[in-house]
Amino acid sequence: MTAVAVTHLIVILLLILLLGTAITIVRMRDLWAAAMLTGIYSFLGASWMLLLDAPDVAFTEAAVGAGIATFLMLGTLALTSRTAKPPSGRSLVPLVVVIVTGAVLIYGTFDMPYYGDPEAPVHQRLAPEFLADTVPHVDGSKSKVDVPNIITAVLASYRGYDTLGETVVIFTAGIGVLLLMRRRRDRDEEDDA
Amino acid sequence: MRDQSILRIVAKLLIPYILLFALYVQFHGDYGPGGGFQAGVIFAAGVILYGLIFGLNAARGVAPPLLMETLAALGVLIYAGTGVAAMLNGGTFLDYNALGGHGEHHSESADHGGEHQEHPLPKEEVGDQHHGILPRGQHLGILVVELGVGLTVAAVMITIFFAFAGRERVQ
Repeated sequence: MTAVAVTHLIVILLLILLLGTAITIVRMRDLWAAAMLTGIYSFLGASWMLLLDAPDVAFTEAAVGAGIATFLMLGTLALTSRTAKPPSGRSLVPLVVVIVTGAVLIYGTFDMPYYGDPEAPVHQRLAPEFLADTVPHVDGSKSKVDVPNIITAVLASYRGYDTLGETVVIFTAGIGVLLLMRRRRDRDEEDDA
Repeated sequence: MRDQSILRIVAKLLIPYILLFALYVQFHGDYGPGGGFQAGVIFAAGVILYGLIFGLNAARGVAPPLLMETLAALGVLIYAGTGVAAMLNGGTFLDYNALGGHGEHHSESADHGGEHQEHPLPKEEVGDQHHGILPRGQHLGILVVELGVGLTVAAVMITIFFAFAGRERVQ
């Protein structure tokens, strides 16, 4: 078997595991186990992204999806209940909505270029320019940006405004959580008094 | 979890390497995968693991909440401040080329601005004039803003951890 075939095999196995984990999470009533399974789902997703040559995204998925998000879900569970209430009756509408949305999304992928297609629009413009600016030149001369990890260069320099906005969003989220939690604590203290 | 000696010992072994790896991801992000966001989250995960194993008060001792809140704001300030520093050096907001590799001196804007006007070089060539050990404009700017991102992300994640873990169960 060639290396490509092995990679395909691993990808298919990972996707089957992802699907199995997702179905298990949906069918599960024990929320604690479901929260742990979402962590496993994130790890599987991160492994898959690594195979797609996206280590930066895989890092984020592993750290945020499997680490922080799982902890936040467990932290929330500690404050509420550990088991889900049984569903009140079966309603067809959500199922239809989900199936139609999924079908539309899959239909949308038919127009997308194949993975790794050199003719894809993303490889026609901007990407060659980014590569020329960041990757060290063959003749030894220094490139314009001189940061070999293109993703870092794109995120921090070419899309510096975007990343500044994202940082502010994270900061705002932290402030929001802080304000909500603090206000509740003060109110509890007033109630006790 | 005070009595779980296996968990405690494994956590003690792992946490230094998690934190070290976070720093590697932070400061090697320009060469390898990762960057400020990933580094911040990994660092926060290390502190959260410490808090889960050794208790909330121990984690609060390592990462005082007030310090975390200050660092969260400081990170955004570093990022935006880099943009302003570029403006003071005669560039546009967040145009790292204007930092020109004179990292430590970019507040001396008056002399610098004049110099750039006398030699109207294309912006990307301004950095090439520099032959010191400090990274050139783009590289320096990216390192500094990634540090800002990392600080904010780590501090916010730890703050959210404290906020959630410090809550009492709702009856």
